[in-house]
Amino acid sequence: MAESATPIVEIKSVSKVFQLQDQKIHALSDAKLSVHKGEFVCLIGASGCGKSTLLRIIAGFEQPSAGEALMWGRPISGPDPTRGMVFQDYALFPWLNVRDNIGFGPAARGLSGAEVKATVDKFIELVGLGKFASAYPHQLSGGMKQRVAIARVLANDAEVVLMDEPFGALDAMTRERLQDELLEIWQRTKLTVIFVTHSVEEAIFLANRVVVMTPGPGRIESDNALDLARPRDVASPEFNAIRRVLAAKLHSHHGKKAA
Amino acid sequence: MAIVETGPVPAAAEEAAAPESTRSTWARLKPTALALIVPLLLLAFWQVATTQHWTRLIPTPYAVAECMVDFAVGGIFDDAYSATLLSHLLASMSRVYGGFALAALFALPIGLMIGRMPWARMLLDPFLQVMRPIPVTAWLPLSMILFGLGAKSAFALVCLGAFYPILLNTVFGVRAVDPKLFEAAAMLGCRGNAQFYKVVLPAAVPSIFTGLRLGLGLAWFVIVVGEMTGVPEGLGAVIMDGRTLSRTELVICGMIVIGLAGYLSDRVVVATGNRLLRWSPNHHG
Repeated sequence: MAESATPIVEIKSVSKVFQLQDQKIHALSDAKLSVHKGEFVCLIGASGCGKSTLLRIIAGFEQPSAGEALMWGRPISGPDPTRGMVFQDYALFPWLNVRDNIGFGPAARGLSGAEVKATVDKFIELVGLGKFASAYPHQLSGGMKQRVAIARVLANDAEVVLMDEPFGALDAMTRERLQDELLEIWQRTKLTVIFVTHSVEEAIFLANRVVVMTPGPGRIESDNALDLARPRDVASPEFNAIRRVLAAKLHSHHGKKAA
Repeated sequence: MAIVETGPVPAAAEEAAAPESTRSTWARLKPTALALIVPLLLLAFWQVATTQHWTRLIPTPYAVAECMVDFAVGGIFDDAYSATLLSHLLASMSRVYGGFALAALFALPIGLMIGRMPWARMLLDPFLQVMRPIPVTAWLPLSMILFGLGAKSAFALVCLGAFYPILLNTVFGVRAVDPKLFEAAAMLGCRGNAQFYKVVLPAAVPSIFTGLRLGLGLAWFVIVVGEMTGVPEGLGAVIMDGRTLSRTELVICGMIVIGLAGYLSDRVVVATGNRLLRWSPNHHG
């Protein structure tokens, strides 16, 4: 258990201020968070609570204005294949077919053609897109695009998968299916997942821990460990009890604003 | 892994399956039939206008057709223009494609630089924006002073005509790359200069392609101006000679050949584009 002593991702008093002309936007204020290997953490909150900013800082796309973001105890200085990002709008390379999109990372890391092919074969099957290997992104449905986006991150040996409202643009049926698939992949691969969502239900269905964030300025309101047995039943009383508690925390800042 | 795919079949597969068998003959001929209506009406009007002597300055369609046959294979008038179509066409084509290639050779790297490097944009963009509105016709005298009377001058003018559309579309293509794609590439381990080849170039290809297509079109467009510089051979030269000699039917023949050659050349470019840009939903024209 030596490994679990050092968190895989650690956020130490991170603040982020965006300068917008002569206005300062406090996107994130004094956030603290430790994520251990193998955890599934959901960041949840209304828009403007800084959840996406926090995720982008962990990804290395943004640098904190104050505080430190660490991976295995070392500062995160920029984007890196160990932290794969799944974007809400997929961000697939439209000129590459499914196979080459998944192979992009392995090829960029300098693997040989045969290794790239073996890796792609493995992950294309994992997400069930074998039949669509040579289709281009514009020919795929939203759900299939997001499967490709997940596969290309996994194919690149990411240790942490960062997901920014990945299922937000999908219809309810597809979303449920992808949630199940994601859980199955997570349980099988012992990945670490940090997942941003604005849906309380999605967070409770997926996560070990739900981090509730509130806006104005963006900050972490509470960090809630969930010990619900899996597979989780959305309709069960336990599930709904947690949902009520989290929803209350989510809206706690409204009262303060009104006062 | 229980993944049951319910997403739609890729669009390409659906389209490929349906048409060929079910389409009627009329559906296949319709585009051609519709496309011919306007030219045929124009031809009919031309015929009526000339045979009814509404004008005596324009030759009849028959006179033009006769001239075209003579221009192409000879045997009717046996004058200086009989059976010379091919050599004039080849002369013009060499200038169109040569000038176009030279324009692309300069416009592509300059466009990539302006699109990617802020200092290159600040250095070159204002100058090029001022030069751009100057029409090729305005360059004619200066071109003849700089490059002399003849083919070199024609070449330079065609090149100038093709330059700006290639340049502007390349700049646009490079600058319009979705910023998310850079982030996606970076988190997959592709950073710095590698992004230029793996992200910027492929993402800009549709735009660059549009620029090349417009550039080649403009090269055909300015060939007559280019060949006003006193070249002996070329379709533009034939048109200018036809004007001097008051052989209007020869002028019209030259115009028709330029139109057809430009059209065919564009179709080849479009077909190439459709093959290369199968991935792009906007390139199936």
